[in-house]
Amino acid sequence: MKKLLTILPWIFVAIFGAEIVAVFMPKKDGELHLREFARLPVLLSGRIQPFDSAARNSLLQIRSTGDVPLEEVPSWKFWHHPKKLRSTEWLAEVLFKPEVADTRPIFLIHHPELLSELKLTEKGVEKSGLRYYTFKELEPALEEIGDQAGRASQIDDKLRTPVQKQALKLGNALMLYRKLKGTLRPPDSDDFARELAEFTQIMTNGVAAVRAKEAGKPYDAAVFAKFWGPVTRYFAMANEPGAGTSYPLTVPPRGSDDGHTGHDEWTSLGAAVVESIRHEDMHPSIPFFADMASGYRQGDAAQFNRAVAGYRQSLEAKHAKEVRKGQAEFFYNDTKAFLHATIICICAFLLAAIGLLTYGTAPNLSESMRRSAFYLLLMAGSLLTYGLIFRMVLEGRPPVTNLYSSALFIGWGLMVLGIILEILYRVGLGNAVASVGGFVSLMIAHNLGLGGDTMEMMRAVLDTNFWLATHVVTVTIGYSATFASGLLAIAYIVLGIFTPILKEPVTGSPGTKVDIGKALSKMVYGIVCFATFFSFVGTVLGGIWADQSWGRFWGWDPKENGALLIVLWNAAFLHVRWGGLMKERGLMSMAVFGNVVTAWSWFGTNMLGIGLHSYGFMDAAFVWLMIWIASQLSVIALAAVPLKNWASFRTRDSRNSGNPSDMGGGRTKPSPAGA
Amino acid sequence: MLDRFIKFISSLKLTVACLILAVVLVFIGTIAQVGEGLYQAQARYFKSLFIYASPVAGLKIPVFPGGYLLGSVLVVNLIAAHLQRFKLNFDKLGIHLIHGGLILLLIGQLATDMFSSESAMWLRKGETKNYSEDFQANELIIVDRTDPAKDTVYAIPESRLAPGRELRDPRLPFVVRVPQYWPNSLLTNGPLPGASVSGASQGLLKDIRIMPLPKTSRMEERNVPSAVVELLAPGGASLGSWLVSSHVGADQTFTLSNRTYNVAMRFLRHYKPFSLTLLEFTHERYKGTDIPKHFASRVRLENPVANENRETTIFMNNPLRYDGATFYQASFEQGDTASMLQVVRNPGWLTPYLSCVLVALGLTVQFSSHLLKFVKRRTA
Repeated sequence: MKKLLTILPWIFVAIFGAEIVAVFMPKKDGELHLREFARLPVLLSGRIQPFDSAARNSLLQIRSTGDVPLEEVPSWKFWHHPKKLRSTEWLAEVLFKPEVADTRPIFLIHHPELLSELKLTEKGVEKSGLRYYTFKELEPALEEIGDQAGRASQIDDKLRTPVQKQALKLGNALMLYRKLKGTLRPPDSDDFARELAEFTQIMTNGVAAVRAKEAGKPYDAAVFAKFWGPVTRYFAMANEPGAGTSYPLTVPPRGSDDGHTGHDEWTSLGAAVVESIRHEDMHPSIPFFADMASGYRQGDAAQFNRAVAGYRQSLEAKHAKEVRKGQAEFFYNDTKAFLHATIICICAFLLAAIGLLTYGTAPNLSESMRRSAFYLLLMAGSLLTYGLIFRMVLEGRPPVTNLYSSALFIGWGLMVLGIILEILYRVGLGNAVASVGGFVSLMIAHNLGLGGDTMEMMRAVLDTNFWLATHVVTVTIGYSATFASGLLAIAYIVLGIFTPILKEPVTGSPGTKVDIGKALSKMVYGIVCFATFFSFVGTVLGGIWADQSWGRFWGWDPKENGALLIVLWNAAFLHVRWGGLMKERGLMSMAVFGNVVTAWSWFGTNMLGIGLHSYGFMDAAFVWLMIWIASQLSVIALAAVPLKNWASFRTRDSRNSGNPSDMGGGRTKPSPAGA
Repeated sequence: MLDRFIKFISSLKLTVACLILAVVLVFIGTIAQVGEGLYQAQARYFKSLFIYASPVAGLKIPVFPGGYLLGSVLVVNLIAAHLQRFKLNFDKLGIHLIHGGLILLLIGQLATDMFSSESAMWLRKGETKNYSEDFQANELIIVDRTDPAKDTVYAIPESRLAPGRELRDPRLPFVVRVPQYWPNSLLTNGPLPGASVSGASQGLLKDIRIMPLPKTSRMEERNVPSAVVELLAPGGASLGSWLVSSHVGADQTFTLSNRTYNVAMRFLRHYKPFSLTLLEFTHERYKGTDIPKHFASRVRLENPVANENRETTIFMNNPLRYDGATFYQASFEQGDTASMLQVVRNPGWLTPYLSCVLVALGLTVQFSSHLLKFVKRRTA
């Protein structure tokens, strides 16, 4: 049994390690090389990204999910992986076989009022209580949706009713969808490759005929007729608005020989064809796209794969950087590092909880669990670090650039702090902080990521890596640390009231003779010191940034005030402790309230919808913020239970835990954590 | 008695009380910005000694300490505590540095509030200006234009305007009376509901209608005052009345005893001993998006006194600091035809930099000494 407990941590390491290795292994493409296609670079939202990201972000905007489930599986059958279309598979359908894509249930409408107005109540498929509709089902109601969305868009965002919000979202989703359909081929073109080849052949003569006709000279009417039909279609494609905003710009600039090409010169396929007609020279990228379209439509996988490979090769000469960017970002998307880190955090939390609860009663089991949790957290932390660094390289930015990445970074900070605590005090408390903190932050990041592209370009005022790297990073570390102290304080209160653990001696660290309660109190104090330092320096650096760019240090902007609140609260905590104005219980309650202050300054200030810093209004997040605040306040209320009723501070009668020498019992002397 | 007061003023309890009150104040002051606007909320909560409630009109009851009061008490408390309790020794170096830096920060910010000013310089392409315009204040001006070589400007601050008031200046051969004054207004040619003619008897704006508006405190809006100005000869006879407004810059002149005068209302001007000319304004967006990538104003700076004449570019995060003022790229007109530079004059701008260094240093010293003790105890 003891032996099993010793190797158990390594079994966990092996299982999760195998999963991570599997994630990073190269994967096989299907018959159609869609993964290869997904890596190809396009320009969307002002940045080079692979088709994969364009597909993912479009689908997020339309369906708020990263893929399209194809079958209904009851949620209790969790082992059954339902068939689904991955984002790129879906995009390929939209681009090349829109008549199939039109039958995929991707448009979410859940407001009954809107449904009855659009006469859709009888249609759609239900998935986890939400109703999804296909484009085909919505087609009869398109005009009505357009009207409603148009009216909703006239109203100020904060004044819109839920029906108006949904109508607008649906209207935008439909517009995006319709534009995507015309990205890579003219509508109702069955064999774009053949059509384009024929067109290219007559292009020169066609242009001559048009010029002659315009000049009133005799011209070849047959050539003109054959030429003019396709031209009008290409012009229609070229004139489709929203290129680069809602649908990707797919055609790279022809590029000069010195290899210098700007991002601003990428164009849509339609515009590239029109430009080719003007130059009487077909842009070399276009036939590849035409081949992809024909290959996919006609089920000729070989033709599709050849075109994808050929196109990638053709880009190598002048757009090698963009090709690398597409491949790298595809890899980043594909590994889903944050998802795997989240899963590992949940498992680590379960193990850490078992370890903590059995701390005094079953030392061997407890230590085995503690170590298992610790090793898993090291893995999750590495995954998170890998993901963050990958993001930084892709963006060419410091780690925190928007709310999404702030959640990732806070999670990372909590994990690092937790791991350090665990190395200092080997009792499992650091594990608890790291796993809960990591899990919650990653879940928040996941939900923020559902809003669309998380690597959007930085607006001019934020476009400064120096201040993003200093002010934003330090302030965010301050957030992390304040949350860490708050989480430890919650552990103190909850464990203290419901378990006798706080009176157990810390056995794991040689040289200390304190009990866990005292150790926790010290950890909270130390981390609040750390938090005060980073919050203060970060806040003042923010002021200095403001002075540098606007000539004023402090403007009482909500985000500035939020940061100031954290500094003030932490300073209050420190002074209360130094002055001995409160005992442990009061201090812990103060630290828990730090969670409220930090959450408010992280999210609440954005919800005011005013000020220079707001990232946008988030209705759903508001509810969660309130739940969070309520939960923290109830922990503080819980702490009001008189100490004599705390399980940890009851007079010791039933349990013999007074003498530390009794405690070491069957406990193995732990080796240095992490070794 | 004095002993007890000194004990109280230097006590740690007072520090904690101030910090917690400050948390409450900052929170409500932030929430209040939604309803009251940034300027109003700042003035009411942060730049005040007390926050007043008025349950009945006319009655003002202080209900909560304001920013100035809390800040001052904290500074006094800090200084008193240092004089009272802390000995100047190396052990306390961290604490001294932190608190010294904080005192500097608080006093510096108070100085900023007192002495800094913000104004705007709007420049069309090719335009040259040697003044910026205030964001809040306006002025009524009477310009003596008789001498073609120079104008003599008599400026009356808006704060002195009130319906029925008479303003005199011994240098002017007339008395300025203000029969009508609207703190915020809109001028219109057409018959808008609520708009009526001002009653002015002279000038280009005689027939313009005026619509009084409620005073605004929103950050992105400003009050645009208008007034009817009547000029009285020393004997009391009316020389005529003119409508003036910061809304429009109409050239309204009149002649009196062989001198030509111009009367107008405008945003208060801050003149500078140098001028800026906008040579070029660039505004780039990321391809295919509305996200602004870069704004920049290329300007020529000319200072005849210092014999300076040079070009420079002002863009986001890269302001021009010159003559004690900071010019930064703040806004632009739709269609990119004009650029707005915000001009900030803040004599205390350096204090946060110093204070940041002091406090950061202090915190490092203080907490690393804690950390060292902790490590020592563990390894002992």
